[in-house]
Amino acid sequence: MPPEASQTLPTLQDALALGLTAQEYELVCEKQGAPPNVLELAMYSLLWSEHCAYKHSKKLLRTLPTEGRHVVMGPGENAGAVDVGNGLACAFKVESHNHPSAVEPFQGAATGVGGILRDIFAIGARPIAVLDSLRFGEPAGEAGTRTRYLLDGAVSGIGHYGNSIGVPTIGGEVYFEGPYEHNCLVNAMALGLAERERLMSAAAAGPGNVLVLFGASTGRDGIGGASVLASAELDHADTGGEGESDKRPTVQVGDPFEEKKLLECSLELLQRNLLVSLQDLGAAGLTSSAAEMASKGEVGIEIYVDRIPLREAGMEPFEVMVSESQERMLCVVEPAKVDAVLALCEKWEVNGAAIGAVTDSQQVRVLSGSDPGSSELLGEMPVRALVDDCPLYDIHPQKPSAPIYEPAPATLAPGSGAEETLLALLACPNIASRRPLFEQYDAIVQSRTVRRPEQADAAVLALADGTALAVSIDCNGRRVAADPYRGTIATVLECAANLACVGAEPLGTTNNLNFGNPEKSHIAWQLSESVRGLGEACRALQAPIVGGNVSLYNEGATGPIYPTPVIGMVGRLADARLAGRLGFQRAGDEIALAGPFAPSLAASELEKLHGRELPDGLAQIDVEAVRAAQAAVRDAVAVGALSSAHDIAEGGLAVALAECCLERGLGARAELDAAWLETLADAATSVPGDGDSGERVVAGLSARASAALFGEGSGGFIVSGAAAALGELGERVPVRRLGAVGGDALALSFTGAGEGGDGEPFELAIDALRRAHASLGELFA
Amino acid sequence: MKCGVLQFPGSCDEVDALQAAERVGEAELIWHGDRDLRGADAIVVPGGFSYGDYLRAGAIARFAPAMESVIEFAREGGLVLGICNGFQVLCEARLLPGALLVNANRRFTFRQLDLEVLNAETSFTGACSAGDRLSIPAKHAWGRYYADEPTLAAMRERGQIVLRYAPGENFNGSLHDIAGVCNEAGNVFGLMPHPEHAIDELTGGSTDGLRIFESMRLAVEGARA
Repeated sequence: MPPEASQTLPTLQDALALGLTAQEYELVCEKQGAPPNVLELAMYSLLWSEHCAYKHSKKLLRTLPTEGRHVVMGPGENAGAVDVGNGLACAFKVESHNHPSAVEPFQGAATGVGGILRDIFAIGARPIAVLDSLRFGEPAGEAGTRTRYLLDGAVSGIGHYGNSIGVPTIGGEVYFEGPYEHNCLVNAMALGLAERERLMSAAAAGPGNVLVLFGASTGRDGIGGASVLASAELDHADTGGEGESDKRPTVQVGDPFEEKKLLECSLELLQRNLLVSLQDLGAAGLTSSAAEMASKGEVGIEIYVDRIPLREAGMEPFEVMVSESQERMLCVVEPAKVDAVLALCEKWEVNGAAIGAVTDSQQVRVLSGSDPGSSELLGEMPVRALVDDCPLYDIHPQKPSAPIYEPAPATLAPGSGAEETLLALLACPNIASRRPLFEQYDAIVQSRTVRRPEQADAAVLALADGTALAVSIDCNGRRVAADPYRGTIATVLECAANLACVGAEPLGTTNNLNFGNPEKSHIAWQLSESVRGLGEACRALQAPIVGGNVSLYNEGATGPIYPTPVIGMVGRLADARLAGRLGFQRAGDEIALAGPFAPSLAASELEKLHGRELPDGLAQIDVEAVRAAQAAVRDAVAVGALSSAHDIAEGGLAVALAECCLERGLGARAELDAAWLETLADAATSVPGDGDSGERVVAGLSARASAALFGEGSGGFIVSGAAAALGELGERVPVRRLGAVGGDALALSFTGAGEGGDGEPFELAIDALRRAHASLGELFA
Repeated sequence: MKCGVLQFPGSCDEVDALQAAERVGEAELIWHGDRDLRGADAIVVPGGFSYGDYLRAGAIARFAPAMESVIEFAREGGLVLGICNGFQVLCEARLLPGALLVNANRRFTFRQLDLEVLNAETSFTGACSAGDRLSIPAKHAWGRYYADEPTLAAMRERGQIVLRYAPGENFNGSLHDIAGVCNEAGNVFGLMPHPEHAIDELTGGSTDGLRIFESMRLAVEGARA
């Protein structure tokens, strides 16, 4: 630091500009015993940011279930892990890179993948899969121009990083909704495999041990990313306005080749037992990594900034300490092993430098120079003050008295015919085939992928012992917006349903809570209600939360995003060969609806197409009945009794049937009893919005029959198989036979008379279904 | 047959290739800095992004010490299989004619494809018959095969066009739907699709890729006998 800079102490104004509040600045002064200097203030401002300190969410997160019989590593380490048998553990975690992606989608998404992969190999697990969860505005037309640019950039960025590093992208989800237009979401989840006994901790230990930084050199990229970008609302200028480029320098630039070498180098270092502990550098760079390693190990750390390999000349010490340059790791090494560690770095062609040491001082000390003789103390902060003493805030939830979100503009006239309605749903951006996206990802490298995208409701990865892992990631934010508590329960159930459809039992859960500004009472209400639902659902499913992330302040000039608690769930099945498929497999198989399905049009995709307002609340969910149905379907799939199993989600029963037809191009013929259809939707009619307006929902169908065919809700599965197998399933869970597999069309007819008339039969050729379902292709043309 | 599978910084499919080769014989990884091919009967240059694909896909890897040995091995008639990035490396090393350009759709694309065997008389397709269809996945961004017309005409004449994309499957825009080619001597073969990812019904969608490795084993053992 130049002498004049070290003499001029930053002011309160500087602290405010870095995102601290006046009270927080006062507390920093108190903890330091004096006003902090530039370096110290920079480090405090990052570690005390929402992104690093979880200051508005930590109290809520403490209510979540984190323990269970499969849990090997819970929240607090770089990633969580569950036992998957045979001495192996599966590490997994989801993280967001929302604001960087809104500013620069390609690099934002790419480095999001890079960051989550480092979390996985930091605990000693080899990354085996990536999934992504994306949210954008409406993509169509003139208004969708920027959305298509963001989508294209984010998908390319995810592919670029995952493909180049040799980790398959095996699944994911994307939704398009107006509230994400100015604040897209890019969440990435990764899974890794490790020997259970060799999982690595990030806790620094052993005063006298050496701190080695390895990987890419350090530059000026991403300075202040955690505070400026990740912990504040975006303004319009950041996301397409004239000042868009202002925040570009806070977005990091990724290099998957560097990370590939870093990954192999890290795993070889661990395999050779050369490390005491290992930590990746993510948000807030070296500042956060060093402070967290010291905090976990209850030790001190000293760093000589002049020993850090730099990418550019003239960097200030504070810049070096807060740089978010990608592809870097920090490890603690016994002095006798330092040479071996540096030699291995050389083998993998990554920089390695001994930059400091573990001390027993309980302080993070930053020094100039390269050795104790020639150095000057640049900054000194108590580890506890940096990591643990950031104030936690209570949020003040209050249910909003008026709707927060505008309804989407109608794209389908209410009262359209059943065929037209089904085709419109299949073609709408939230339901259409994701093929144009997932074809840009390598889904098969590493030779574990048993089910590729669109073959099953969950991705399936074979393990060496013949068992398999299954993984699903999901969240319908619009339903969470309608009812944060029940919507979140439904999200968790949806993930578990996806696992059930491939025959897998949930082992553990990760989550990324994407919300608006928690200092506003209505967002605080969404957040607290959602976390309440999340905890209850994970407890009911015995799928504890082993790690996760929180992304707040997701608001643009036009308001907050839909509350989006993205859930990732990992499960296990005994025999990889019996992993379920979603599509009909065999002509002549019987088709049935299984489970306590109580569909409602409230907050459904069809209501969105009709331009209806979000309802105030969703119907109650019988979690226990849904859980039992999932168990029954899971058991039937796991023994190979069923030909197919598909969870009913967006677009309801009719869309689910169409999706089952599309997987292999096998048609289906179903005869539905009109009176039964009406009773099906009965259970959920207490919620307003189910055709109580007197307006026809679908021409030729009663309101209840419309809700039965196109309504949404938890607990429904379309299964196919031999009659006997469906009969057996019926002994554990409600099963209603719908028809049989065969032909080259989806044909539905109605028997008996419902209150709204007979319902006209309809038939759609597979080709017509496929054309509608392929609508997203245009976005990438 | 003993197969050596090269490993560069940035290789991604080397373990998959190793496992595929192990289905038909012995196999081991060979580090890029190592000149010793350890008595391998055949070499696989695997897929991935060697050296980050910097400069141009395969352009740096061709100068690796291990590649110098592979070039010599190929000149002496040793069998060399290049898959995807490996195909690009072999073209850069001039062991194979032509070049691979950016896909016509300009995107990285992953698809399970049908390929047609045009020449079943090579050391890499001996276990197939001409006209056979192989279901093998492809995944790449730079896979559009290009060579000038005189070169292509000569290659066609000599049977060097070994595999082509079945009708409708050529997403990358390769000239004449070319998916895989061999050198004039027939001992070096490169293809963009990934046979090592089609060796097991469970994870590969087919086992057709195994026939490429099986063909190599037959050729090696035939040469020995």
